[in-house]
Amino acid sequence: MASLRRFSPLPGFGLAMGYTLVYLALIVIIPLTAVGTKTLTMGWDAFWAAVSSPRVVASYQLSFGASLLAAAINVVFGLIFAWVLVRYHFPGRGLIDSLVDLPFALPTAVAGIALATIYSENGPIGKVLEPRGIEIAYTPNGVLLALVFIGLPFVVRTVQPVLADLEKEVEEAAAGLGASGWQTFCRIILPHIAPALLTGFAMAFARAVGEYGSVIFIAGNMPMVSEITPLLIITKLEQYDYAGATAVASVMLIFSFLLLLIINGLQGWMQNRHAKGS
Amino acid sequence: MSIAIRHISKQFGAFKALDDVSIDIPSGELVALLGPSGCGKTTLLRIIAGLDFADQGQILLEGDDASARHVRDRQVGFVFQHYALFRHMTIADNVAFGLRVKPRRERLADAEIQRRVKRLLELVQLDWLANRYPSQLSGGQRQRIALARALAVEPKVLLLDEPFGALDAKVRKELRRWLRQLHDEIHVTSVFVTHDQEEALEVSDRVVVINKGKVEQIGTPESVYDHPATPFVANFLGSVNLFHGRVEDGHLHLGEHALALGAQGGSEGKAVAFVRPHEFDIVPGWGAGGGLPATIARVVSVGPSAQIELSRLDGELIEVTVARDVFHLLGFSEGDQVSLCPRHIRVFQAEALAA
Repeated sequence: MASLRRFSPLPGFGLAMGYTLVYLALIVIIPLTAVGTKTLTMGWDAFWAAVSSPRVVASYQLSFGASLLAAAINVVFGLIFAWVLVRYHFPGRGLIDSLVDLPFALPTAVAGIALATIYSENGPIGKVLEPRGIEIAYTPNGVLLALVFIGLPFVVRTVQPVLADLEKEVEEAAAGLGASGWQTFCRIILPHIAPALLTGFAMAFARAVGEYGSVIFIAGNMPMVSEITPLLIITKLEQYDYAGATAVASVMLIFSFLLLLIINGLQGWMQNRHAKGS
Repeated sequence: MSIAIRHISKQFGAFKALDDVSIDIPSGELVALLGPSGCGKTTLLRIIAGLDFADQGQILLEGDDASARHVRDRQVGFVFQHYALFRHMTIADNVAFGLRVKPRRERLADAEIQRRVKRLLELVQLDWLANRYPSQLSGGQRQRIALARALAVEPKVLLLDEPFGALDAKVRKELRRWLRQLHDEIHVTSVFVTHDQEEALEVSDRVVVINKGKVEQIGTPESVYDHPATPFVANFLGSVNLFHGRVEDGHLHLGEHALALGAQGGSEGKAVAFVRPHEFDIVPGWGAGGGLPATIARVVSVGPSAQIELSRLDGELIEVTVARDVFHLLGFSEGDQVSLCPRHIRVFQAEALAA
């Protein structure tokens, strides 16, 4: 405690920490506790029945599976995106750079409707894909597509500055020592950006798990097939099954929290190793 | 391995970075590329390394044309001004990098790699830092590690880009002496880039003075210092006093005054002359011994020599250095009227300075 006091640039550790805790309580903890307390009004059997019905379990699988996959896809393509934006100078670079943020700014419903229109069997892309047996709109593929769409900026924006921070000279040094392009990427560039990639992954994943607006327009929302958990929660609310809704929500909350905790831990471990070297 | 640089030219847009540069560097020599910033010296070093490519000309390594070879295949070690160490690796892993990325057939056994890394770290006297990370090292230590890393792959040529540029003055001095010793031990052909004339003169076997993309002069440190071929070299190496005047019948005319040029003479006409601060004799009184009349304006007498600032009759300042005990013997003080007799004047035709 004493050491915290000594070096703090903020006006006093006590005050700053107090604000932090009050803020966290008002914005995050109290609303989330409400989810828990509402859930507790049910008995154990009712809770278990609500959260383990086949339809709910199928929705967990879709929500978490599609979110993880979408985040993974975004890691790969977000990295390529960031690479192009950092390393190459070409006409229209500024335009592309600002287009990356569009999924942040667009109302998600607009994105969902647009994607559904384009990828449905009559849409310009769907028309090409459908005859080849690739169905996107109104299937789990559509869910994945929407989640990839909304998650892209997270990876690009977290990796971009870290990549820009890596001096060209370091790569030249590696090449001068005989490393091939692939070796330089795996041994020099990837370890450097790995913590940022992981952060991007975690953020894209968290956003995808909670995403509602864009998905429902393209998913088709068929129970057991293309129904996401947030939709199920809304459905329960509309049927005045508040306890059931919070029960499902609390399971989702615990899952998400655990996953983010693991990712954060992994990232902290990497950063620690990295901090020694930076 | 010898390096031959043949008619290298390189252009960045409208800017001519290198203009028909040719240099021969014999095997085992330590050569300095010296010039002001932006003169093209780093570009030339990068072209030798294969990190940049010339628009025209060739780089021959041991007589073979290497112009089209990638940096990977040139067997050169490159040391960067800002070290370019791999931040996420320990010092030992940094040094071992070049050995570990070799194709499997050529790669040494792990134990042998470790032995080699240990030997290299001993060579740069930092074996006790093997398990640290680059951020835990001082600048001087980092640069020595960068050197060890470059030497690990047994390069035929060592190229150093302003290797001491980012270090403070004291460490810099230590390191350049150390680099010279290291070179005398391992005798790998080395080229280093610097804008610091003192560094170039102290460390290298030969100095290549470059200005505006062209070679001004190549020679040993003594020869370029004592016999500068161009006004630029005279001006760039060490501090000098610059005089504008005319040469007529063996005399340099500066305003109303004339200095005898002696046997060396000089071609007639407008001229620029250079005299180094330590090449003046100071004689009391104006007009004595045919010297240049001046008034002592300021004396800084700290360290082994006294720096004396004098103003000529027309107000121009001249800098003179004499040994401190000599200065005290002479017994001058500020405000005294003296005459300056140059022991050595280098005269160039005035047009040469503009070039």
